[in-house]
Amino acid sequence: MSAAIVFGLCGAAVAGLGLYGLIADPRPLRKIVAFNLLGSGVFMVFGVVARRGAASGFGGDPVPQALVITGVVVAFSATALAVALLLRLFQVTGSATLNTEAPAGTGTDPADA
Amino acid sequence: MTVASALEMALAAVVLGVATWTIAARETFAAVVGFVTYGLLLALIWVRLDAVDVALVEAAIGGGLGGVLLLGAAARLRVTETPTATERPSATVRVGAALLSAAVAAALATGVILLPDPAPTLAPAAAANATATGLGNPVTNVLMAFRAMDTMLEKVVLLLALVGVWSLAPDRLWGGHPGPRHRADPLGTLAFLARLLPPVGIVVGIYVFWTGKDHPGGAFQGGTILAAMWLLVMMAGIADAPQVSSRRLRIVLIAGPGIFLAVGLAGFAIGSAFLAYPVAYAKPLILGIEVAMTLTIAATLGLLLAGAPERSAGQ
Repeated sequence: MSAAIVFGLCGAAVAGLGLYGLIADPRPLRKIVAFNLLGSGVFMVFGVVARRGAASGFGGDPVPQALVITGVVVAFSATALAVALLLRLFQVTGSATLNTEAPAGTGTDPADA
Repeated sequence: MTVASALEMALAAVVLGVATWTIAARETFAAVVGFVTYGLLLALIWVRLDAVDVALVEAAIGGGLGGVLLLGAAARLRVTETPTATERPSATVRVGAALLSAAVAAALATGVILLPDPAPTLAPAAAANATATGLGNPVTNVLMAFRAMDTMLEKVVLLLALVGVWSLAPDRLWGGHPGPRHRADPLGTLAFLARLLPPVGIVVGIYVFWTGKDHPGGAFQGGTILAAMWLLVMMAGIADAPQVSSRRLRIVLIAGPGIFLAVGLAGFAIGSAFLAYPVAYAKPLILGIEVAMTLTIAATLGLLLAGAPERSAGQ
């Protein structure tokens, strides 16, 4: 079994773990972390595709590598936005739950007071 | 294709173990620490996959800035930890999620094992056209020339994310300073490091950007290091985060995508299409775009981590 395949299987397992955490953990911040794991598992599989495309003296196909770099940046932007939304939810409601039945408006927003 | 060495097997096993910990840990803070460790170890995997450019990005984002962002959020949300954790979904949902995740992982694994042989690759095409830009790093060639559209839109996404974060500010604080005012012991370790490291870090950041034209590195990796230095100074309370209404700041924020777009449109006049560089000027044009992008990336990442405006001017 080549190194690329080992890392590919590792990426597949990480993506699965991330998906489980995204569904099963009720805490929004944990969902964000799990979603990042899911994404990075997919990137790893793509990295294996790049490694297998080694040719012309390059250690890997540069096109998927460049796409992964773009993907990591976009994933980070989305994470930063999600964290900001979550912190604002906490600021406004005093809790960080996605449960719609939870009592809302119990917190105090120092900014709007 | 060589057989996996013991080192690579061990690396994959440790990464998988840390990923499991990140999902399974009870405390969010511990999970985030697991995620940062995972990001750093993942960078080693990228090196083993001969993708050093990606490894630099992963270490800088997954292990560095992403860690700062998530640790900061975990610390602020710590009081909500216990009440929210009790809302665990029912056993049926968890078993269903486990089955679904296992199926997805198995499908991906099957895909990895059944990848076509010989593997399709664009490496020969990238090598054949490398002379057109005069850059030696094939990944930079793809990012800045062959797939320049992706890179330009990625910069727009960064900007949109920042607009999204800023727009979460309450109305009366719009245009104020992002995040809380950081105060640190002026004689403490943090303040000491925030004075000691930035001169070195700024030189390293510029070097990583500059060497990216021929070797692993580039605008994003360099910009991330610059952003980290800026954050260090802000967190030590030596310099406050700028007001988001500052015109100078906004010019820096749009410089990267703006110049990229201007060069792209000029491609209609001086080249043959949108984002087509004339061969004689390709290298100076790409480097010019990259200089602007490095500054924009550093400013955008720093402000994304600083968060939404929370203080009005002067507070």
